[in-house]
Amino acid sequence: MAAPLTLLLIVAVTIRAVLFRSSLAELIAERVEVVSPITAWKRVVEGLALLDLGVSPYAGDVFHETPLIIYLFHFVVDYAEITFMLADVITAVALYMAVKDYNKQVFRKQKFALEADRYPHDCLELIRSPREMYYIPLKVAMFYLLNPFTILSCVAKSTCGLNNAVVAVFILTTIKGNMLLSAIFLCLATYQSIYPLTLCAPAMLYLMQRQYIPVNFRRASFWWFVVQYLFMYLGSLFVLICLSFFLLGSWDYLPSVYGFILSVPDLTPNIGLFWYFFAEMFEHFRLFFLCVFQINVFFYTIPLSIKLKEHPVFLIFMQLAVISIFKSYPTVGDIALYMAFLPVWSHLHRFLRNIFLVSCVLLACSALFPVLWHLWIYAGSANSNFYYAITLLFNVAQILLVSDYFYAFLRREHHLTYGLYLKRKDGSEATLVLK
Amino acid sequence: MGLLSDPNRRRALISMLTRLNAPICVVCYMAGVAWFMGLAFEPFTLRTYMSENAMGSTMVEERFPSGERALATAREFAAHKKKVGGMPVDWLVKTMEARGLEVFTQRFSRTLPFPDENKERYMVKGTNVYGILRAPRAPRTEALVLTAPCSPDDSNNQAVGLLLGLAHYFRNQIYWAKDIIFLVNDHDLIGMQAWLEGYHHTNTTGMDWSPLQGRGGSIQAALTLELSSDVVTSLDLVLEGLNGQLPNLDLANLFYAFCQKIGVLCTIQGKLQRNDWDSVSGYSHAVQTMMLMVMKQASGRPWGDHGLFLRYHIEAATIKGINSFRQFKTDATTIGRLLEGMYRKLNNLLERLHQSYFFYLMPSLSHFVSIGYYMPAFGLLAVILLLRALDLWVQLASPPPRSEDGMTDVEESSPGLLSVLTPLVISHLTGAALYLLPIHFQEMAVEHFPVSETEAVVLTAIAVYTAGLALPHNTHRFVSGEGTEQGWRVLKLVALLYLAVLLGCTALINFSLGFILALTLVPLAAFITPHVPKVLSAFILVILSPACTLLFSVFFFQELQEMPVSFQDGWVLYLSVISQGILDHSLYGSLVYPLISLLVYPCWLLFWNILFWK
Repeated sequence: MAAPLTLLLIVAVTIRAVLFRSSLAELIAERVEVVSPITAWKRVVEGLALLDLGVSPYAGDVFHETPLIIYLFHFVVDYAEITFMLADVITAVALYMAVKDYNKQVFRKQKFALEADRYPHDCLELIRSPREMYYIPLKVAMFYLLNPFTILSCVAKSTCGLNNAVVAVFILTTIKGNMLLSAIFLCLATYQSIYPLTLCAPAMLYLMQRQYIPVNFRRASFWWFVVQYLFMYLGSLFVLICLSFFLLGSWDYLPSVYGFILSVPDLTPNIGLFWYFFAEMFEHFRLFFLCVFQINVFFYTIPLSIKLKEHPVFLIFMQLAVISIFKSYPTVGDIALYMAFLPVWSHLHRFLRNIFLVSCVLLACSALFPVLWHLWIYAGSANSNFYYAITLLFNVAQILLVSDYFYAFLRREHHLTYGLYLKRKDGSEATLVLK
Repeated sequence: MGLLSDPNRRRALISMLTRLNAPICVVCYMAGVAWFMGLAFEPFTLRTYMSENAMGSTMVEERFPSGERALATAREFAAHKKKVGGMPVDWLVKTMEARGLEVFTQRFSRTLPFPDENKERYMVKGTNVYGILRAPRAPRTEALVLTAPCSPDDSNNQAVGLLLGLAHYFRNQIYWAKDIIFLVNDHDLIGMQAWLEGYHHTNTTGMDWSPLQGRGGSIQAALTLELSSDVVTSLDLVLEGLNGQLPNLDLANLFYAFCQKIGVLCTIQGKLQRNDWDSVSGYSHAVQTMMLMVMKQASGRPWGDHGLFLRYHIEAATIKGINSFRQFKTDATTIGRLLEGMYRKLNNLLERLHQSYFFYLMPSLSHFVSIGYYMPAFGLLAVILLLRALDLWVQLASPPPRSEDGMTDVEESSPGLLSVLTPLVISHLTGAALYLLPIHFQEMAVEHFPVSETEAVVLTAIAVYTAGLALPHNTHRFVSGEGTEQGWRVLKLVALLYLAVLLGCTALINFSLGFILALTLVPLAAFITPHVPKVLSAFILVILSPACTLLFSVFFFQELQEMPVSFQDGWVLYLSVISQGILDHSLYGSLVYPLISLLVYPCWLLFWNILFWK
C-alpha cells in the first residue's frame, strides 16, 4: 500500500508545484472563498514585516494569526510553498494512518460481534468485508490531496492548511491511543482557532472506549480519566499561551486573535453565514446574535456526544463538519478536511437519501461563487444578495449532507440491532420514517 | 422537509419523475420557448420608469443654441482630416484649447494578432485627444464623459463638430458639479481601450499607450455620439456592451424621456416603437426588436464605443443618428439640446446609477423585461438537464436487471474511472487546441497554403473543430475493452451536470448567450444515447453544435435586420464573424471565444462521444 500512497503524494505535490508557478496562484490567493481574514497569506506577510520592524504584528489590525505561526514563518518564510505542501502531505498521511488503524479496530469489533452472534441473521449484507475496506485509507488520502478545495487552499497559501494538519495529527494520535499527544495536539488546534475545543468530547470518549472505561457519571474511574485528560489539555494550553506571551512580550494577541474570531469584526464576504447577517443587523442586537451564532458551533457537541457516544470517530467527523459550517470565518479548506472522511463512511451509501441532490447543489454553488462575485464586484450589475443566496444554499447543502450521513449511520446501527427487514406487528413490511 | 424525509412520498415522487420523464422534458422545453416568446408581448412586460430620484423630479431647461456653428466646425474638421490623412491632432488640440478646456493627448499603438479584414488594419497607431472641463461648483471628484470616435472615412464628422460645439457651450455654464471630459478617440474601440486603460491605470490586453497627463474624477456615466449627417430623422440607442453587459436601465430611461420631451424620434435596434401591440404585426415587431437585442447581446462584442466603459463599472450608451427617407428631420441644435439635457440630469446625480435594473431585455424603448421575468424561460430549459440526470441517477442506483443466466457481471456494476476520465480529458484537450492553435499556427498555415493570415486563422479554427469529431474513435483506442452500458450512463450523467452548471453560469453573466446555447444544446443532451439511430442522430448533433448555431445565428440576424443574404454571402459573413470573435477576445478580452472553445465545445464533444459509445 505504500507504493500507491507515494504515487499519490507525488501527483499531489506536482499539481501544487505547477500551480504555484503559474499565474493562477495570485488570482487564487485573492479569492474570498479560499482565504479568510485570519488565514490570508498576505496578512501573514504583513505581520512578518511588522515583526521585523520591531512593532507588534497585531498593531495594524491586519494580522490575526497566532504568535506561533508568525514565529514559524519567521524562520521558513523563504520556503513557504514547501511548508504548505508539506502540511498537506502530513495531513494526508496522518489521515491515512488514522483511518487504517480505525478500520482495523472496526473490523476486529465486527469479528467479535459476529463470533458472539450478536447481529441479526438478515444483516449479513451489512457486514463489511476486508476487501472493500482495503482501499479506504488510500481513498481518504486521495479525497484530501486531490480535492480541488484543498489544492486551492494550498496554492493560496492559506494557513488553514496548517490548522488541518494539526487536527489530522490530533486524530491520528487519538486513534493510536496516545493520551498525552492527543491532548497536546488538541490544545494546539484549539490554540490555532478555538473551535476544535469541541473535539475534546469525542477524543475523551474514544480514549475511554479504548481503555475500557465505561461512560458512567457515577464511576470514579470515569471522573479520574476526565480530570487527567483535562489536566493535560489545559496544562499544555497554559504552556502555549504563556509561550506566546514570552515570544511577543505582550498580551496583544489575545484580543487580536481570539477576540477577532469570537466577535467577528471583519465582515468581508466569505462562504460562511456571519458576514451578511452582521452587516445588515442593527448595532444594539449585535451582541445577542453574536452569542446565538457562536453558541451554534459549540452547542451541538452535547446532543451529538450523547447520541454517538459509542462511535467517537463518527462524532469527530460530525464535529469537524459542524465547525466548518458554523465557524465565523470558514474557507473551502475547512470543508476539505471533513470531506476527506467521506470514503470512511462509504458503507453507508445504501442509506443515503439526498446525496444526488446535495452533490448537484454543492457542485453548482462552487461554480456560481466566482460568477456571482464577478457580477457583484466587477460588473456591478448584481449585488451582495446574489452572492449571499449562493452562500446560504451552499451551507444548506452541507447541512443536508451531514445530516444525511448522520441519519444513515444511525439507521445502519438500528438495522444491526433489529434486523434489516423490519416487520410491523401485523407482519407487513415496515419502513423507517424520520420525523 | 416531509418530501425529503418521508420514504414513501419520495418514492412516489421519484417514480413519477422517472416514469414521466420524457413527457415532462418535452413540456418543459415547449414551456420554456413559449415563455421566452411571450416576453415580447406587451401586457407581460413592464413600462420603463425613472428610478433615480436625482434625475427624475428635477427640471432642466435646454438652451443649446449653436447647432449651425457646430456643423461649420464639423466641416472644418473634415477638411483638416482630409489634409492630414488621419486624425487632425494639432487642429483638435488648438480648437479645444480655444474653447477653454484643459487638453491632453494620448498616443497608443497595437499590433493585432492577425490582420482585421473588416476594418483593414493590422498595425494600429493613433492618438486620442481629450479636453477636460473642470467643474466650477464641486471638488472635482466625479466626471462625465462625452466621446465621438474619429473614423478614417468621411463619417462621424458631425459628431466631432457637435462635441466641440457642446464643449464651447458647456464651458460658459456655471452649474457643472462634475468634470466633463470631451474625448475624440482614434481607431474606434482600440483607441477607447487605450484611453480607458490609461485612465484607470490598468493594462489587461498588453497594449502600448502613453500615460495620461490629466485626469478628472471617477467617471459616473459616458455617452458616445455617432452622427454622420447634418440632419437626422431618428436617434438610435445602443446599449449592448462587452460580454453582453448592459448599462443601468435608467440611462435608457433618461434618453427616452428627453426624446419624448424634445420631440425626437427614437429607436432601439433601429426599430421604431409601435402602438398596435394587440395585432399580429405589432407583436412580431416587438419580437424582432427583442430578438435583435438577444442576438447582439449573445455575440458578447461591444456594439458601440461605449461598450468598453461598462467593464469599469461606468454606465454608458451610444447614441447614433440615423438619416433615412422619412419626412420629419431633426437638426443639430435639437440633438445638442437633447445631449445638454441629458448631461444636466447626469450632473445632478448624487450616487452612481444603481437604482434601476442591470439585467433586462427591451422589446421596445418604453417597455422592458426584467431578470425575474426572463430567467424562468431559461430555468425551464435547464431543469430538463437536471431531470434527465435524475433519471440516469435512478437507473444507475437501482441494481441492473439480472440477465437470463442469473449472473451479473461484476465489472458492469462499477465502470472504471478511466472510461469517464479519458473522454473528459481528451475533449478538453481538443478544446484547448481549438483555443490555442488558430493564432499560433497562422504563420505556418500561410507558408504552406495559399491563404491570407485572417483566412488561415479562421480555417484552422474550423479544421480543429471538425477534427474533434473524429474523437470517439481515438478515445476508444486509448481505453481498450471499455464501453459498458453503465459506462456511458456515468459519462452522460457527468456531461449533463457539466452542461447544466456551464449554461447556468453563462446565463447569469450573459443571459442571451446562455439561452441560445440552451435552446440548441439541451434537446440533444436530453435525447442522446448510444442506442438511437447513428446516422440521423449524428446529423442532428452536428446541426445543433455550437458552430452550426453560430452559422444559423448569422443568417437569422441578417433576416431580423431585414437584410437577408444569399448562402454565399452568409458563409463569407460567417467566416468574418469567427475572425471578429477571436479578435475581440485578444483585443478587448471578450469571453465568448474562450467560453465556446474551452468549455462548451468540449461539453458538446462528450455527447458526441456518447453517441459513438461502443
